[in-house]
Amino acid sequence: MIQELFDLKGKVVLVTGGTHGIGMAIGTMLGKAGAKICVNDIDESKLESAKAEYAAHGIDCYTVKFNVTDETDVDKGISKIEQDVGTIDILVNNAGIIKRVPILDMPVDDYKMVIDVDLVAPFIVGKRVAPNMIKKNAGKIINMCSMMSVYGRNSVSAYASAKGGLKLLTANMCCEWAKYNIQVNGIGPGYIATAQTAPIREGGHPFNDLVMMRTPAGRWGEPEDVGNAALFLASKASDFVNGHILYVDGGILANFGYVKGENDLPTL
Amino acid sequence: MLKFSPLFSLEDKIALVTGANKGLGQAMAVGLATAGANIIGVSSGPHGEHTAALVEKQGRRYCHIAADLRSMESVSKIMEEGLATYGRIDILVNNAGIIRRNDSLDFTEADWDDVMNVNLKVLFFLSQAMARNCVENNRPGKIINIASMLSFQGGIRVPSYTASKSGVKGLTMLLANEWASKGINVNAIAPGYMATDTTEALQKDTERNKAILDRIPAGRWGEPEDLVGAVIFLASRASDYVQGHTLAVDGGWLGR
Repeated sequence: MIQELFDLKGKVVLVTGGTHGIGMAIGTMLGKAGAKICVNDIDESKLESAKAEYAAHGIDCYTVKFNVTDETDVDKGISKIEQDVGTIDILVNNAGIIKRVPILDMPVDDYKMVIDVDLVAPFIVGKRVAPNMIKKNAGKIINMCSMMSVYGRNSVSAYASAKGGLKLLTANMCCEWAKYNIQVNGIGPGYIATAQTAPIREGGHPFNDLVMMRTPAGRWGEPEDVGNAALFLASKASDFVNGHILYVDGGILANFGYVKGENDLPTL
Repeated sequence: MLKFSPLFSLEDKIALVTGANKGLGQAMAVGLATAGANIIGVSSGPHGEHTAALVEKQGRRYCHIAADLRSMESVSKIMEEGLATYGRIDILVNNAGIIRRNDSLDFTEADWDDVMNVNLKVLFFLSQAMARNCVENNRPGKIINIASMLSFQGGIRVPSYTASKSGVKGLTMLLANEWASKGINVNAIAPGYMATDTTEALQKDTERNKAILDRIPAGRWGEPEDLVGAVIFLASRASDYVQGHTLAVDGGWLGR
């Protein structure tokens, strides 16, 4: 039974922006559980290197180039997946960007760009894949949220606005689609040791001290920690979990105190 | 065997489940056994046979402890008997809970104390006893508290229940803050409306049943087995970086 609970054999998964970092860790975990993994990116070279990296894990990853913020492009890209691989059973809205600029210095266009990628795109992609899930009366959608889905921080106004919005988009998708046996949930990762966070994690960077002090678990999360949660939310094991944001943060949200000197640090 | 299956395996782990004789506790005990754990089941009477049979059917061992979870004596009794049988406890599922209904204007001290004792006080001291044993022996542990929709919402005419379950959510965060660095994970599961004998009257009341189903996005009652995936996830190494979290298994109830 345990095999069946967490088994994704034959499922078609799309991880948007699943070419690196946390998205790739999720794709790898779901691939190892038997799913057929598809990833997109706007950068052709990232798709190529991702394909090779997935292959190194024994996963034959399907890659397709499209821009998640462009509804027409999304339709083309997903139509291609449907034709070549099959309709999507599990969608992971992972693609995202962040801009660390105080509000007073932030051009409105930059704010809108972050909202576009981090909030509007999950709406566009979710809207495109849901009709086929409704037809099948089954589907799983995982929206990648953040600790900034619940808290603001210095200089990440657009990111926090988008991730806070994504938390409620998750709830709303759940309200509209749960009756079709579609489970829509989110994951809120804490500070995760990816290649992207290496510059602020290694070489005695003060941000590392902050993470170590404020994370009850006393360590950075591994990308696999997030992958494990994704496997739970992508599988039958979570069939009555819906509209929920699962935080994988080593306890930061349970703690979130103030660490002396943190206001002088660059924010992540 | 799939490559990832060790991720959720509880092979040879010892799991203590309070209130394991029926309903959600029974389903979780059997689910944990399915994933490989041996079970210590606690309930107020000597009524462990059914759960024992289901656990043993999975090829796992079952040990029953009868204890009155309203009293503090139960804590030392459970720990002593549990440790005497298996030598250690790896997973603690604080599931046992009671509820008393009355208008807050008329609510009695006994109805306050009984509920708070079972749902919060003994839950805390059982967690403390388990954590002390883990720390003394330098072993990791997983504590899973059963919270409620009323850890998030107010409810009506159940003041001690709401207070206790809100307390469970807060305590889950606090214990994670204190024990995460010691290798102990403390998390909670908040079940939504579940089809158990406790809710049988509601299910049979056509009008109430419809009102509840209309309110749940998934459009169905949760089954006790719906908690199995969540409890295995939180009991296994798959959740090693999940701390202080209350995982709702509610068909979307809290989303609207």
